[in-house]
Order: sequence, then C-alpha cells, then structure tokens
Amino acid sequence: MDAAIAQLIAGVSLGSILLLAALGLSLTFGQMGVINNAHGEFMMAGAYTSYCVAQVIPDPTWALWISLPVGFLVGGLLGLVLEVALIQRMRLRPLDTLLATFGVALVLQQLAKDIFGPQPVYAQAPGWLSGPVEILGQSVPATRVFIFFLAIFAVAALYAVLRLTPLGRQIRAAMQNRDLAEASGISTRGVDHVTFFLGSGIAGLAGVAATLMDAISFNLGTGKIVDAFLVVVAGGVGQLKGAIIAAFGLGLLQAGIEYSTSTSLAKVLVFLAVVVFLQVRPQGLVALRTRSLA
Amino acid sequence: MLSLENVSTGYGRVRVVHDISLHVPEGSLFAVMGNNGAGKTTLLRAVLGLRPAKKGKILFQGEDITKAKTFQRVRRGLAYVPQGQQAFGQLSTRENLQLIADQYGSAGHKRVNEALDLFPALKDLLGRRAGLLSGGQRQQLAIARALISGPKMIVLDEPTEGIQPSVVHEIEQAIAALVSSGLSVLMVEQHVGFALGIASDYLVMASGRAVSEGQGGAAAAESVRAAMAL
Repeated sequence: MDAAIAQLIAGVSLGSILLLAALGLSLTFGQMGVINNAHGEFMMAGAYTSYCVAQVIPDPTWALWISLPVGFLVGGLLGLVLEVALIQRMRLRPLDTLLATFGVALVLQQLAKDIFGPQPVYAQAPGWLSGPVEILGQSVPATRVFIFFLAIFAVAALYAVLRLTPLGRQIRAAMQNRDLAEASGISTRGVDHVTFFLGSGIAGLAGVAATLMDAISFNLGTGKIVDAFLVVVAGGVGQLKGAIIAAFGLGLLQAGIEYSTSTSLAKVLVFLAVVVFLQVRPQGLVALRTRSLA
Repeated sequence: MLSLENVSTGYGRVRVVHDISLHVPEGSLFAVMGNNGAGKTTLLRAVLGLRPAKKGKILFQGEDITKAKTFQRVRRGLAYVPQGQQAFGQLSTRENLQLIADQYGSAGHKRVNEALDLFPALKDLLGRRAGLLSGGQRQQLAIARALISGPKMIVLDEPTEGIQPSVVHEIEQAIAALVSSGLSVLMVEQHVGFALGIASDYLVMASGRAVSEGQGGAAAAESVRAAMAL
C-alpha cells in the first residue's frame, strides 16, 4: 500500500512537471499549429532568468517570487520576437517553421553558452523549499509540491483567460477559423502575437520552476521539449483538458514503470505506449465532436 | 454604399473573377446570381478582403477599401455571413455572439438581445456548442452574429443553401425585414425567385464574368434563368 501511495505521489509530481512544460506548447502548437522547436529554449531562458535574478536579489524567497513573473515576461518576449520576425512569415509552411525554429533553438543554446559558459549554474532554492513535506505518510521534496501547485495555478489562469475573457474567445475563434474570425472584426495577426506571447511566457515560467529541481544549463530545454510534444499530441492537439489528463497519465505511467525497472527503461516504455496508443487513437485522448467541420 | 470598379481576383495565378463592376445603393439589396463555379463566392471574398483584388477598386461609403484588411472593413460597417452556415463550432452559441459584442461595448451586448428577438429559436441554444447546432440554426446564428456588429451593409453568401424549406422561409423573412429596415445587402443566391423578389438590382455571373444585369422583380426571372443557362 505504501509503495502504491509513493508511486501515486511520484506520478502526480512528474505529471505536474510535464504539464508545466507542455502547457505553453498546448497553446502555440495545440491552438496555433506552430511546431516551435525553440519552445524548450524559452524554458531555458526562463531558467537563466531565475539565475540572473538570484545574482541581483540575494534573498532566495524574493528571488523566486520575482523570477516567476520575470521569467514569464522573458519567455513571452522571446516568443513574440520569434513570432513577429519569423513564424508569421511562414504561415501554412509547417516544415519551414520546424526547420527555422530548430535553427533558432541552436542559436539560443549557443548564445546561452557564450553568456553563461558551458558549465551548469544554480539558483538557490528558498529555505522553506529545501526540506521534505509529509504527504500521506510519504516524504516528498517541498520543491515538487511547489511545482505541483504552480502547475495547477498556471492551468487555472490559462483556463480562465481562454474561457472567461474576450481575449480568450478571440484566441479560440482565431485558431478555429481564421477567415471567419477576420470577418468577425478580429485582427488575427494581433491574436497570433498575443497567443504566442502567452504560450512562450508559460514556457519561461516552467523554466523558472525547473531551476528548483535541476541545474541550469544551455541544454535544459532539449530534454524537456520531447516530453512536452508527447503530452500535447497524446492529449489531443488543441485540447487543454487532454493535455492535463495526458500529463498526469504519462507521469503516473512513468513513475509506475520506473518503480519496477529503471528511469531510462521507463522512458522507452512510455514512448512505446504512446506510439501504440496513437495507432489506436490518432486524434489523442480528447477529440471534439461536431456536426460540421466549422 | 458599395461600388466595385472592374474588380478581378483569383487564387494564386488563376484568375477566377474578371472585371466585375457593380453598385449597391444605400438601403437596397443587390443579388449576384450564377451557377456553381461562376465566381460569386470569390467575388464576395474579394469584397471582404479575404481574397486580394488583383485589379480594380472597391469603394465603401465613398472610401477606397481595396487595400484594407478584412477586420478593418468589418469595423467600417461591412458584415459577412459566409456560405455553409459557418460558426465557431467549438464555441457555444452565446460565445459566438459575445465574440462580436465584446468589440462594441454595451451597444454590442444590447444588439445581442435584438438579434435573439429576431431569431428566438437561438435563445434556448445559448449554452450549446455551435458545432452541435443544425444547419438552419447555425445559419440563424451566422446572421445574428453579423447584426451584432451594427453593420451598414451585410454580405450574404447563399443564405438558403442546404437548409430545410420551413427554415428557409424564416431566413427569407428575416432578410426581407432587414432590407426594409434600411440595411444594405449584397447577396449571392441561386434561388432566382427568392432573390429577385427582394432585390432592387441583380447581376448574373458565368465563368467569372458579368453576363447579365438589371433591376429586380419577378419580371426579370426569365432573362436571369436564360443568362444562367448560358
């Protein structure tokens, strides 16, 4: 029983990390259909932002609270620049976008290496996040609990923006039918900018969260991007609900397999499981039913 | 209200519409007719800016809007009801209406109620996803959406196409009511009897060119059908 609870907690924790990494992508890839290979590098930028803030503000608690919005802004602004400079010129050319953003990812990695050096750096976590927390008789690192709540907060905030605000309605409308959105008086280009800013900003936020668990290095994003795409595709492209279920589902699956095998083997088996799942259900976990294509 | 001067447009290098000129006076309905593939929808898309005009000029209320973006044309008072009962399928009926109303503040939200009075059937469907509405309901929603922007002119693309006869009558009545309330309408329609019944002027297109034009009324039906048979 204890082992099952431990796996459950490990799975939920892993799921919240996956969710945070995939949430921004569910907006830029899921809603806009842009395959942005530099998404992981926006996470890296968020992580280095955390490091820079920590250099200026010595108190780790303040540094963390300030890093979260600043990391969001840095990721968002990088995304906005990429969207305006490159991606909007490649609309309807997904292969070009894929290649170009891959190039941008390499440039950003090299830039990070030039500025911060090839060796990993660290941002010190606040004292109150250093110890373990007791949950259901299990000792869980406090950083993981923090990341769980951060992921829940990010999902709730994104959901509220998409569902309850005029901006959210415009984003959903523009992503469904651009011509009809333009003909409804919406500047779809403007909406693209805002959507990409939000999605990339969430990547920056995820990067700040990543510093609580990992060292900050130029290749921080490379390891995360594949997982993020996996979550979005398995969840059903364009479906926020699907991404949430997929993130926790994959987290639990991986934690469960890790328990009886090893981390690398668990990763391989999770990949295989997703490949098989997509053969059976190519539309992902959540697919939308309508009477028409509109 | 709206004038087209020798407008040509198409897709890529293929020109689909050639040298179309027409004038829609204020408060009247202008019908564009023609068989499938005549270029009617492409012409409307050029009016809205969804296709760039390769040649010619489009004037709306005396201003040249040929280069204006679609959303800018809409904000100037053009509203579009596209072919095929299009709505944002993943948004609820209410959200489809709010999306437009948001842009016009309290006036927009007041017009939501007016539009729902025009199509009372939509009142019970506000919480339903638009993708789950029937074709007729979606067409009513599409016209309601167009009205919420408080337009000076509505561009309608085959409003009665693929809709069951009982609902067609409701839509016909709604369009006739709009015209008599002083709204200008540019409409593409294949239903000759219906179109000529409410149109002040008409134009018949074939292979992207104007082949016949004149004033509306039942008397024109024969010459329109003859032109469409060409």
